[in-house]
Amino acid sequence: MPIVIEHLNYVYMSGGPYETHALSDVNLTIEDGEFVGLIGHTGSGKSTLVQHLNGLLMPTSGKITVDGLDIADKHTDRRAIRRKVGLVFQYPENQLFEETVAKDIAFGPRNLGLDEQEIDRRVREAMRRVALSYEELHERSVFELSGGQMRRVAIAGVLAMEPQVLVLDEPCAGLDPRGREEILGLIRDLHREAGTTIVMVSHSMDDVASLAERVIVMNHGKVAMDGTPRDVFARGDELRAIGLDVPQAVLLADRLRERGFDVPQGIYRIEEIKPVIENIVGKGARAC
Amino acid sequence: MLNDITLGQYFPGNSVIHRMDPRMKLILTIVYIVGVFMVGNLPGYLLALGFLYLVVRISGIRFKYLLKGLKPLRFIIVFTFVLNVLFVQGETPIFTLGFFTLTREALHNAVFFALRLVFLVMGTSVLTLTTSPMQLTDGLERLMRPLQKFHFPAHELAMMMTIALRFIPTLLEETDKIQKAQMARGADFETGNLINRAKAMIPLLVPLFVSAFRRANDLAMAMEARCYRGGDHRTRLRELQYTRLDLYAALATAAYVAVVVLEGRLLG
Repeated sequence: MPIVIEHLNYVYMSGGPYETHALSDVNLTIEDGEFVGLIGHTGSGKSTLVQHLNGLLMPTSGKITVDGLDIADKHTDRRAIRRKVGLVFQYPENQLFEETVAKDIAFGPRNLGLDEQEIDRRVREAMRRVALSYEELHERSVFELSGGQMRRVAIAGVLAMEPQVLVLDEPCAGLDPRGREEILGLIRDLHREAGTTIVMVSHSMDDVASLAERVIVMNHGKVAMDGTPRDVFARGDELRAIGLDVPQAVLLADRLRERGFDVPQGIYRIEEIKPVIENIVGKGARAC
Repeated sequence: MLNDITLGQYFPGNSVIHRMDPRMKLILTIVYIVGVFMVGNLPGYLLALGFLYLVVRISGIRFKYLLKGLKPLRFIIVFTFVLNVLFVQGETPIFTLGFFTLTREALHNAVFFALRLVFLVMGTSVLTLTTSPMQLTDGLERLMRPLQKFHFPAHELAMMMTIALRFIPTLLEETDKIQKAQMARGADFETGNLINRAKAMIPLLVPLFVSAFRRANDLAMAMEARCYRGGDHRTRLRELQYTRLDLYAALATAAYVAVVVLEGRLLG
């Protein structure tokens, strides 16, 4: 069920003195099973865009269809759309409110009107997906957990809706390196194993490079670039011009080329540059 | 969703009214309020309207904007009007309809109370529209300072007001965010009966309180880290100073009140 965005415009506080064009003429199609990395500097319209994907914001003009349903149409059931497209906000742990972990995760499924048995199944499944032990944690208060655990509970709360598309706004913000790895790992598994379409907003070029199959770059409310990570990250100068950067591996490859080493074009992942460096080091060792 | 709410708005400007000392503005506003209560007849209200209009013109705020500020209060105004018409006992009936008799006195009261409310709100709006929250609390603190002799916590009160005003937009933003996050999980804030709607607020209020407490804790920590220890011996970056402007304003207001009182005596 693709998401089709056509000529989307969004204006904050229309007509007033503080009118801001957050999005202008955005055209995108997100296909089933894609893993999209959405990047852009602060205020580029990323968050505004993702809030349109499940109908939390309504387009000022333009059209968005999710699985053929027009989100702005009055007859469209908003809940049906939110069931298809799950949205994990930035710092999602701030939305936790229930007494226990299990109850909080059950909030979404309960709103969908499912029966208790199904709710319980979904809670267990969602906790398994985010690698939290149901037996150990389901009766615990959400406010007793560590920051990383709270975030995983919050993500589980969205996963329990069993969305076909999962949109995550900076899922790793404010986490320590280990927490980041865990969250990224579970997003990767979700995409690979469950086949969920993922749209991940991120400030980290490395996270995007290691996971995404397609990169969309936003700048001043417009889509500046859209393509494979290989193509997008090859345009380092343009990225820097709009306040972004390239992944470490691209940076490293560039430096090595400057020093006269032969590095193949189009490298953007650490795994890809590893053999190149091994090769260089190997040669260097022999030259010594 | 909540972006439309404008609360205690301040309209930046550089008019004479904007440049006045906040203390004087507060005092004169109180004088103006007392004046409104002394008005007893229609010509008096015309005077009040003239004075208000003049002040608003000088301040550079559009009069229309002031009228818009009355909109949220329209229910209270209509309510007091209706209450007065229904329940004030009078002697000179205008007409009778079954049990109900409209008397001259009731109508008189109703009109005057409604007008009073309108003038009160508009007058005080001029104060909040031309004075930044910071200035306003500064002015209040200074005005209340003599009360400290009686252990009245003037500084603390002013600080609390400043903090509260500062965090209103932050909390609104936060509310909007949490509301959206819960809506993304299928929460429904808009439909259902009263009880269901109240229940639907729990997922919104709990996180909001949690974050408000955390914020308060952080703020207290940050203030202490910068050696805040209450109002004693605290100096200010900008000391308030009365200027000639304030004198003129005081004279103008005094003249206005005198005219209102005189008019009341002559025509009342």
